[in-house]
Amino acid sequence: MASSSEELKFRDPGKARALTEALAREVEAIGRSPVSVMHVCGSHEQAIARFGLRAAFPRALDVIMGPGCPVCVTDTPEVDEAVALAAQGARVCTYGDMLRLPGTSKSLADAQADGGKVEVIYSVSQAVELAKQRPAEQVVFFASGFETTAVATAAVILAGVPENFSVLSSHKYVPAAMDVVSEMEETNIEGFIAAGHAATITGWGIFEPFARRTGAPVVVAGFEPLDVLAAVVELVRLVRLKRPEVMNCYPRCVSKEGNRPALEKLWKVFDVVGGNWRGIARVPRGNLDLKPEWDHLNARRRFRIDTAAVGGAERNVLAERCICGSIMSGLAKPSDCKLFGKECRPETPVGACMVSSEGACKIWHVYGGQPDLREVA
Amino acid sequence: MAGEKVALKHGAGGRAMRALIEDVFLALASPVDGIGLAALDDGAAIRVGDRWLVITTDSHVVHPIFFPGGDIGRLSVSGTVNDLAMMGATEPLGLTCAVILEEGFPRADLERIRDSMLTASREAGAPIVTGDTKVMGRGEIDGVVLNTTGVALADRVVSDAGLRVGDRIIVTGTVGDHGMAVMTQRHQLGLQGDLRSDVAPLNGLVRAALRAGGDELVAMKDPTRGGLASVLHEMAGKAKVGIVLDEPAVPVNAEVRAACEVLGIDPLVVANEGKAVIGVRPGAADRVLAALRAHPLGRRAAVVGTAVAERPGQVILDTGLGRRLLAEPEGEPLPRIC
Amino acid sequence: MCLGVPGKVLSISEDGLSAQVDFFGVRRELRLDIVDEPVQPGDYVLNHVGFAIRRIPPGEVQETLALFDQILKEAAAGDLMAEDVRGEMAAGKEGGRG
Repeated sequence: MASSSEELKFRDPGKARALTEALAREVEAIGRSPVSVMHVCGSHEQAIARFGLRAAFPRALDVIMGPGCPVCVTDTPEVDEAVALAAQGARVCTYGDMLRLPGTSKSLADAQADGGKVEVIYSVSQAVELAKQRPAEQVVFFASGFETTAVATAAVILAGVPENFSVLSSHKYVPAAMDVVSEMEETNIEGFIAAGHAATITGWGIFEPFARRTGAPVVVAGFEPLDVLAAVVELVRLVRLKRPEVMNCYPRCVSKEGNRPALEKLWKVFDVVGGNWRGIARVPRGNLDLKPEWDHLNARRRFRIDTAAVGGAERNVLAERCICGSIMSGLAKPSDCKLFGKECRPETPVGACMVSSEGACKIWHVYGGQPDLREVA
Repeated sequence: MAGEKVALKHGAGGRAMRALIEDVFLALASPVDGIGLAALDDGAAIRVGDRWLVITTDSHVVHPIFFPGGDIGRLSVSGTVNDLAMMGATEPLGLTCAVILEEGFPRADLERIRDSMLTASREAGAPIVTGDTKVMGRGEIDGVVLNTTGVALADRVVSDAGLRVGDRIIVTGTVGDHGMAVMTQRHQLGLQGDLRSDVAPLNGLVRAALRAGGDELVAMKDPTRGGLASVLHEMAGKAKVGIVLDEPAVPVNAEVRAACEVLGIDPLVVANEGKAVIGVRPGAADRVLAALRAHPLGRRAAVVGTAVAERPGQVILDTGLGRRLLAEPEGEPLPRIC
Repeated sequence: MCLGVPGKVLSISEDGLSAQVDFFGVRRELRLDIVDEPVQPGDYVLNHVGFAIRRIPPGEVQETLALFDQILKEAAAGDLMAEDVRGEMAAGKEGGRG
């Protein structure tokens, strides 16, 4: 399989060209503009941007990034909780993606600059190791990411963690992203690209009721350029044929039932609960929090978290003008935002879309949105 | 600079650091007969008679201080020799070495660092001629900080602003080696493999390139913090040209590529300490490339880009599958999960 | 989200809880707590945050490339025959793909 040379089979420029041409034919056969489809996965946006695929999509096709970036949808009070815990002396471990996400007044990076103990880790098991090495400290794992990542958190909890370890859960559940968008009347999303690695865990069967209910086809896509292109071609074909079906275009990782052992562990540790997603307000079944039997490991139960001390009580005027919610729902583009590129830039982000490596605004800023690069040199 | 405090990103070599320098330190500049502070180049060049006195300085705070492929000692000598070389000054007259030590720093480590400095100094033919020593209390400084200043005479100064439309861009070897070697050690990311810093003095390599290219070698810069992406943005911005970068042509070691894939990091923004980016007139590209490849430090040299008239100041990445704009790096690259 | 990278299993730990995995240039230990099927040295797995989340079945490159070819064939073919073939494939391969 995936030796470097074989991986190239999923990056073969010849195949990519053929798929791009097929996509153009499909979109033309629909015969109107725009044809709007949505993906709900930051890594899909990364893949599209990284390989320059948007420059290759037909102009009549709108591939919109929905609220599928866990950084983007993490609400400011959750960041404030992590920042407050660092200010209160805990050692806060975080995945790199969340380090620069602004809270009401500070990010974890700011907390670090202020002398707080903030560690960037690659795996939750590192946080557990740190807790074992420093028994006198409280080590809090700021648990971000969707269910793909939550299963790892569940695994370490079930394997046993030291007493000085706790979890501040900011995990999210990605199917809620598709539900939320499809329930918005103003959007006209005709098809969805499901997140391939989340689907590795949950299986693709869970999308069948969604497709039936909404009438929108769903394809499950992988992350290599050919994976993305092939899935988009298939999705547009299903849209053209008006077939609200689920098509698995990532069979090497995704099955209908998903990863049963992982799911068992996930649901032993987590419940799906309602919560606020940044910019989208109330999402009924979008957050994952620890079940009551794990209260003793839940940082929200263990500590009195003083978010007011880190600006949690202040009004953030710029944040009120942020339109990340509309951008994430496909109702607006980053260029529609008055703050974009001015008050809101990667080094001074207002909304989460500008912080995350895959937030729509960050990617538009960094990669120039949808510039027509075909004519250059 | 937004906010009242300096953050880690201000030292990371990208836009934030440049903003800090421009906002705070540029006010120190005054006119000199030559290239001074206002040019924000790798060093200064001051006219002395019919030659140029080139001066550069660097402080080294790398952690860990010992890493695969090198250490802070080798880094401090190479870094300064290379800054001189990037301006066309390939025969250093001398280096200074100022060291600030934390109380409790092991003597054996210090001697190891000294030995590395000596080796690098001999490789470069750059004698260390004077220094300074300070000790601060435990906890007041982190281990050791080294500052080196280098001085050289040059007949011609090469800046980083000399590109013209049509010029070709050469990178002297593989990118991402140093940054990935240091990062995987620093964050205990658990990656094992032959990730090794490329830290080395480049003045011999640059001398060969200058001999081959002559006046047709028009721009040079070393892609340290911020990586190749940062250097290309600087060159594009200062010369007011666009640059098209041929991504598949950029040499990357398999180990570095693998580590970058696992951690979600782009090798183009990762630091290098033994590579140079060279801009040449199109007619000189072949012979400069040949001269580089004939040198042990330049075996993987490659032509990777072209200066264009479109999108001045920006870098367009041709991925082989499509095109996109290459971002200017923001702060230190971080491993990501998403 | 989420960054998932394939690697090849080199060895399994004695307690069976972790594996040394090769990512074609670097190696890392991965936890096996949540992989969907038992793994052996030589298997390919998908890594997310230091955990194997999928044992990638052998032969999947070919299966995936065949899928891409099928998608290419069907795209805007406007061909009833292709629709039938696809229907058959979907029905027949439900177990195999799933």
